Amino acid sequence: MFEINRQRNYRWNITEDLAGYMFMMPTILVIGTFVVLPILFAVFLSLQKVQLLGGIDYEFIGLGNFRRLVEDQRIWIALRNTAEYVAIVVPAQTILALILAVTLNSGIRGKNWWRILYFLPTVTSSAVLTLIFMWIYNTEGLLNDFLAFVGLPTYNWLGDPAVALKGIMLMNIWSTAPFFMVIYLAALQDIPQTVYEAAELDGANEWRQFIYITIPLLKPVTFFVVAMGIIGTFQLFDQSYIFSGGTGGPNNATLSVVLLVYQAVFRNLQMGYGAAIAFLLAAVIITLTVIARRLFGGE
Amino acid sequence: MTRISRLSWVKVLPKILLYILLTLYALITLIPFLWALSASFKPLTEIVSGQPNFFPKHFTLDNYRQIFLQEPLFWRWLFNSVVIAISVTILNLLLNSMAGYALARLRFIGKRFWFFLILTVLAVPAQITLIPTFLILKAIGWLNSYQGMIVPSMVNATFIFMMRQFFVNFPKELEEAGQLDGLNTFGIFRHIVLPLAKPALAAQAVFVFMASWNNFLLPIVILFDPEMFTLPLGLNTFKGQYISYWNYIMAASMVFTLPALGIYAFFNRYFIQSVTFTGGKG
Repeated sequence: MFEINRQRNYRWNITEDLAGYMFMMPTILVIGTFVVLPILFAVFLSLQKVQLLGGIDYEFIGLGNFRRLVEDQRIWIALRNTAEYVAIVVPAQTILALILAVTLNSGIRGKNWWRILYFLPTVTSSAVLTLIFMWIYNTEGLLNDFLAFVGLPTYNWLGDPAVALKGIMLMNIWSTAPFFMVIYLAALQDIPQTVYEAAELDGANEWRQFIYITIPLLKPVTFFVVAMGIIGTFQLFDQSYIFSGGTGGPNNATLSVVLLVYQAVFRNLQMGYGAAIAFLLAAVIITLTVIARRLFGGE
Repeated sequence: MTRISRLSWVKVLPKILLYILLTLYALITLIPFLWALSASFKPLTEIVSGQPNFFPKHFTLDNYRQIFLQEPLFWRWLFNSVVIAISVTILNLLLNSMAGYALARLRFIGKRFWFFLILTVLAVPAQITLIPTFLILKAIGWLNSYQGMIVPSMVNATFIFMMRQFFVNFPKELEEAGQLDGLNTFGIFRHIVLPLAKPALAAQAVFVFMASWNNFLLPIVILFDPEMFTLPLGLNTFKGQYISYWNYIMAASMVFTLPALGIYAFFNRYFIQSVTFTGGKG
């Protein structure tokens, strides 16, 4: 009796196993070839000196690539630029997203229309946005016209190393905040109205409700927004590349870590060194995400 | 009487301020787009004249004529972008739902391992896999090809996870009804499960299409023959070629933006859904 039952279960399972693997096969092949294999390959590469001359030559050099990281001036410049970029863009876009979401959630008319409109930059390609902004930023562009009009100093946004990265920051805050606004908006709608009604009975005004109810209840979402922000901003590449024509200029002002990886591989043909920089970047991103999780107590 | 009207002012004033703020931010959002759009209809002389007029004084279609008729590669770039984005989208919809369905509903050996692997893959930064992917594509001769752009992007761990969450909450009775009708697993998936997954698929479709359409890093690494460029790379070349011909660059930018905006306007609801999904609601 027992035996027969097991037999039946087993046979039934075999067709399900087969079906399961038929459904999973494309995914397993693609993720195996283009994610799992590349990760192992990257570890291997980072320990090699790779020569690309027609074929590929590998020479094991242990931690040589990582030792070079410490001495490379441009790594420090790229890390500093990227860190500055993250430190300004992430808080600014998070706060802007929250303000926009709370405003849209305060019972105004045509909420959906505002949301559709605000969301526009998020669906536009970074290449297009960068070109539009480069044009607005140029010495005779719209931004300088506006600054001159209101009596503020004008800048050579594209050519002056002191402001070039700031220009990219401004653009990115503008284009990414609406994405996080939508996430905040969804979370705000999940907060039960009764919580606010109770606070009102206790005499809390709107500002205090925002500080003592909304912000604490949004904490997990804020963790998510900050973590996504850190991951996204550390991967700065498209804007830097187009802005500087791939050089990271003027005077390395827009050099980002990913741009450096790109240059190491495709300008200097140093695959191994490029892989080492990529691992450094991954380590920084993961560390910061873990710290953010501690700070915001995400799940 | 005066007390009442003062009270209503106190109530109305913040509302008015709110709408002023909303309008201001709407302007901040729109001005770059409108400014670019207006430039695409202006002759270069008007653009560099330094007068910030939003409505072109000498309205012209020459910029569009130039990029479509004088730039032989522009059509090619547009075509490449369309082929790649559409193939990537269709394959993602099919393959992510298949994997998501298997992980949610089928019982097979090693299921937990594969699910764990997919969750792990979600956390791997793309830069790490970039160089090896380039070398692997080079080894199999797929650099500069459609398949090189399509195959590595044809499944997506995030959306496999999303589809799994969707199918886990799917009513089992429908599948059982299919079984009684004599359908096998594939039949059930194709005739019952997929048609009912439309909202989840639509959300995914918009997201995947936009990501592929706007992608810059992967194509710049694996495409170097101008014939094979997608539009973002083409635009970047344009920028180098027409250094200060902003009229052409803006016209090309508008052509590139329009399809994405159209899709966004059409599927806006689904797009918002998928953003809130990635917002950890699954």
